[in-house]
Amino acid sequence: MKAFTRGLRAGIPIGLGYLSVSFTFGIMAIASGLTWWQAVIISMTTVTSAGQLSAIGTMAVPGQYAAMLVSQATINLRYAFMSMSLSQKTSKSFRGIWRWILGFFMTDEIFAVASAEKTVSVRFFCGLSVAPWVGWTLGTLAGSLVGNVLPPIVMGSLCLAIYGMFLAIILPPAKASRPVLAVVAIAAIIHCIFYYVPYLRDIPSGISISISAVAAAMLGALLFPLKNSEEVAEND
Amino acid sequence: MTDFWIYLAILAGSTYLIRVIPFALMQKKITNVYVSSFLHYIPFAVLSAMTLPAALFATGNIMSSVAGLLVGGFFAYRGKGLTLVAIISCVIALMTELILLLI
Repeated sequence: MKAFTRGLRAGIPIGLGYLSVSFTFGIMAIASGLTWWQAVIISMTTVTSAGQLSAIGTMAVPGQYAAMLVSQATINLRYAFMSMSLSQKTSKSFRGIWRWILGFFMTDEIFAVASAEKTVSVRFFCGLSVAPWVGWTLGTLAGSLVGNVLPPIVMGSLCLAIYGMFLAIILPPAKASRPVLAVVAIAAIIHCIFYYVPYLRDIPSGISISISAVAAAMLGALLFPLKNSEEVAEND
Repeated sequence: MTDFWIYLAILAGSTYLIRVIPFALMQKKITNVYVSSFLHYIPFAVLSAMTLPAALFATGNIMSSVAGLLVGGFFAYRGKGLTLVAIISCVIALMTELILLLI
C-alpha cells in the first residue's frame, strides 16, 4: 500500500495545478454555450486540456463530427508517444487489464511524474491518478458555476499556473542533462517558428505542437542516442 | 442534445483510444537505441513546445506572463516542486498586473 500512498502524494501538486486550469475550462465552456453539467461530464470522461479546449469550439456548431475526430487525433497524438514511452518503464504486473484501465489517466503531467520513476507499479500509478482526476473535475465544476465572479486580472494570472508546472517538470532534467536541454530548446524554437512565420501560424496548435516535439525528439535521438539503460536512469 | 452526446463519444472515445492502444499493445522492451532515445526525449519536447510561445500570452499581458515565467523558472531551475512553482508564477504575474495598473 506504500506505493499507492506515495503516488497519491505525488499527484496532489498536479491536482492543485489542474484546479486552476480546469477552472478556466469551465468558464470557457459556459461562454461557448454548454451547461455546467455538460462541462463537468466532458472533464470527467476526457481529462485533457488542449483537446477539450478545441472540442468546445467545435461543439458550438452542430454536426462537425469528422472535424472533431481529426482535430482530436492530431492534438492528442503526443499521448500515443507518452504511452509508448511509459510502457517501457512499467513493472511486471502492470499488464493486460491494468493498462486498459490506467491508460485513461495518461495526461502530460501524470506521465511526466510517472516517467521520473525507475519502474512504475500499478499501485503507484493508481495513487498518482486520483488527485489530478478529482482536481480536474472539481475545477471544471467550480469554473462553470462561479467563474465569472472573479476579476479578469485574477483569472488571467491563474492561466499561468499550468505553464509554471511545465517549467518545474522540464527545467531540472534539462539542467542535469545537456541532450535534454538541447531537445527542449529545439522544440521551443521550432514551435516559435510555427507561431511567428506567416502561413505556418495558421496551422492549429495541436498539430504544430506534435510536429515540433517529434522533430526535436528525433533530432535528439540522432545526435545524442542514449548508450544504455543506465544512462536513461541517470538522465532522469 | 443528441449532438452533445455524439460529440462527447467522439471526444472521450478518441482521447481514450489514443492513450490506451499504444500502452496496451507495447508489452516488450524496445531494444533499438534510436527508438528508445526518441521515447526518452519526447515528453520534454512536448511540454517545451506547449510552453513556448503560448505561455508568453497566457495572462493576456506579455509583461506579467514573462515576469511570472522568469521568477517561476528560476525556482523550477533550483529544483522546487510543481505546486510551489505554479503558485509563484501566478502570484508574480498578478503582482505585475497590479503594479502596471498603478503606474
